[in-house]
Amino acid sequence: MKKTVFLGALTAAGLAAGAAGATTLEDVKARGTLNCGVSTGLVGFSAPDANGEWTGFDVALCRAVAAAVLGDQTAVEFVPTTGKTRFTALASGEIDMLARNTTWTFSRDVDLKFTFNGVNYYDGQGFMVPKALGVSSAKELDGATVCIQTGTTTELNLADFFRVNNMGYEPVPIETNAEAQQQFLAGACDVYTTDASGLAATRATFENPGDYAILPEIISKEPLGPLVRHGDDEWGDIVTWTLNALIAAEELGITSANVKDMSSAATDNPEINRLLGSEGNLGEMIGLNADWAVMAISAGGNYGEIFEKNIGENTPIGLARGLNALYTDGGLLYTPPFR
Amino acid sequence: MSNTHADTVLYVRDTMLPQSEPPASTIGPAGWAKQNLFSGWLNTLLTVVSAAFVVFLLYRLLPWFISPTWGSDSLSSCRALFEEIGRDHEGACWGVIRDRWQQLLFGFYPAELYWRPILSLILLMVALAPVLFVGKVPAKMLIFSVIYPFMLPWLLWGGTVWMPIAVIAGFGVGYLVFKLVAKVGPGGLAAIVATLATVLWWLFLTAPVAYGLASVLPLALEPVASRQFGGFMLSVTIGVVAIACSLPIGIVLALGRRSDLPLVKWLCVGFIEFIRGVPLITLLFVASVLLNIFLPPGTNFDIILRVMIMTTLFASAYMAEVIRGGLAALPKGQYEGADSLGLDYWQAQRLIIMPQALKISIPGIVSTFIGVFKDTTLVSIIGLLDPLGLANAIRADTDWNGIYWELFLFIGAVFFIFCFSMSRYSMYLERKLQTGHR
Repeated sequence: MKKTVFLGALTAAGLAAGAAGATTLEDVKARGTLNCGVSTGLVGFSAPDANGEWTGFDVALCRAVAAAVLGDQTAVEFVPTTGKTRFTALASGEIDMLARNTTWTFSRDVDLKFTFNGVNYYDGQGFMVPKALGVSSAKELDGATVCIQTGTTTELNLADFFRVNNMGYEPVPIETNAEAQQQFLAGACDVYTTDASGLAATRATFENPGDYAILPEIISKEPLGPLVRHGDDEWGDIVTWTLNALIAAEELGITSANVKDMSSAATDNPEINRLLGSEGNLGEMIGLNADWAVMAISAGGNYGEIFEKNIGENTPIGLARGLNALYTDGGLLYTPPFR
Repeated sequence: MSNTHADTVLYVRDTMLPQSEPPASTIGPAGWAKQNLFSGWLNTLLTVVSAAFVVFLLYRLLPWFISPTWGSDSLSSCRALFEEIGRDHEGACWGVIRDRWQQLLFGFYPAELYWRPILSLILLMVALAPVLFVGKVPAKMLIFSVIYPFMLPWLLWGGTVWMPIAVIAGFGVGYLVFKLVAKVGPGGLAAIVATLATVLWWLFLTAPVAYGLASVLPLALEPVASRQFGGFMLSVTIGVVAIACSLPIGIVLALGRRSDLPLVKWLCVGFIEFIRGVPLITLLFVASVLLNIFLPPGTNFDIILRVMIMTTLFASAYMAEVIRGGLAALPKGQYEGADSLGLDYWQAQRLIIMPQALKISIPGIVSTFIGVFKDTTLVSIIGLLDPLGLANAIRADTDWNGIYWELFLFIGAVFFIFCFSMSRYSMYLERKLQTGHR
């Protein structure tokens, strides 16, 4: 009996399929919403609040892209993805872009046929140990039991690090960060390893954070960034340059508070004028409205504002800018010129 | 003889003793306890040890449970509260339940539309009543039970009311075609043509007719996207659909597997063994990942629908085997008796075999139901936010990062209510249908 309902829905699905098939930008515009893949829940990066509104550092990038393309930062359909489903979701077209703390690696870029659109967070893998263990360097961890999330690059880095340093370890495979927290606190493993940002966020939730230390060694490069499918360069450009616009806005002193004033009248700085569309035709070149960058910046502010609001030092997570500061402040953020 | 008797017995009572109460040690709570808890030294020892264990557990757990944190709005405020009142141990931080219970129940369903899932659940009870409590509820209510499966998607997903009506109209179309063709041709041909016409109607005409009617008379509920489904609402929706569809499909598969027709038999055996040989997780990954790749790009084949289909297939295979067990348990005489009465295959199944086989299988069927309902939590692995997935998402909020047991206890309690009621109903049904086999 109920098969009929399925058939009915299949029909609707089939009709909807007929409308698709254009470029991603056209699809998004026709649909009126951006399908953005995010993590099912990662502290500071993506999480739904009590009203079901998604917030976080990765989420803010989705909103900025939606604002740039559709002029409405709320026109985003957040698709929660797990570490296992994220790439198929993107490859199959279920989502238009993936902003899910995904490490930019050679094989993901080349073999899985994705295009990474820059880096929104420079991370690196670290170790956390209880201070009672008396370890001050990761080189002293020979024979330790290590809690490690399966199916991630951290697992491979861990194996590499211990092999290079001629040490042995016993892995305790775990599925989620939450499970890792419990296992680590219960003493099931001596060491917990994951991205340093995750370690900081995890340690912040402990009842006695002071009893645990994050070791100084960062054993890997984890450039996390948004990615899109290979082969649709126009769409890739939009994501890339939206991210660049957010970084450039911080560099140029454009904030969510002053962006409206700066865009309403041409300023003395021609780069600001070009970015905000009061001079030149960058918007037209990228296939968007002239005020695309204005919309993107007013969605959640510039890169620095987004960082401070979601994961910065005044949040419970309390991450320092570190590598994620502008190049003028000793960090790695360096955007090509808007010209 | 009687004389000797009279000589040896000095006194014979010639009136009845009045009935007296049983000894105090065998009745009332004391008697019950003596009989059940302290009936020997071993049992007494076990009772004391178990009681000590229970008291120990309560002593350790209760202080954690009793915790004045209902009003707190983050884990750190819970901890500050403990500090303030001078508690040296951690207690439960119940504020997370107050803050997020609606999300755990309804996911991201719009709050002003909560009445729709609630109404669906109430109507589900109404629709199930004539099926579950045969004889106590007027049989005419079965009409509603038939309509309900078409109402449910409309209530939950919203959209135009003409869609379910157009789908129901498919049956009317089939019936009309059957009548028309039956006038000119043989009945078998008419049945095939009618089925074909119905399917064609659903595939090609339902949507245009529904949208056409909607443009004339727009009676619609606000549409809600599948992505907004979550929490227990998602679990119950998937569970109810899988349970409701798996029973009939399972019966057909079980009969097919025992069929004498080789093709039918091997199809059923193949299906059952294939599905049972694959973990549900694999099927869910097929639903979420493989189908995505095979379907043409841009196809928007609803993920929840895909999951429902996979869960239903999975449950049907298990159901088929449970029912086959019931069929196998029937003595051969029942089959032969049906044959000797001159009943044909379907009559025999309907009147003699199935009622007995299903009755035997009730415990198995219900435990399959309960298993399916609990298996719905596996969908969190493919990124759907069922209660467990939501628990993870809630923990990702900086306010609640570090909270575990409170969420899991709440989820466990709600699951227990659902599963326990199913199990109780199955016991009621068994008692009711008992006709003296045991």
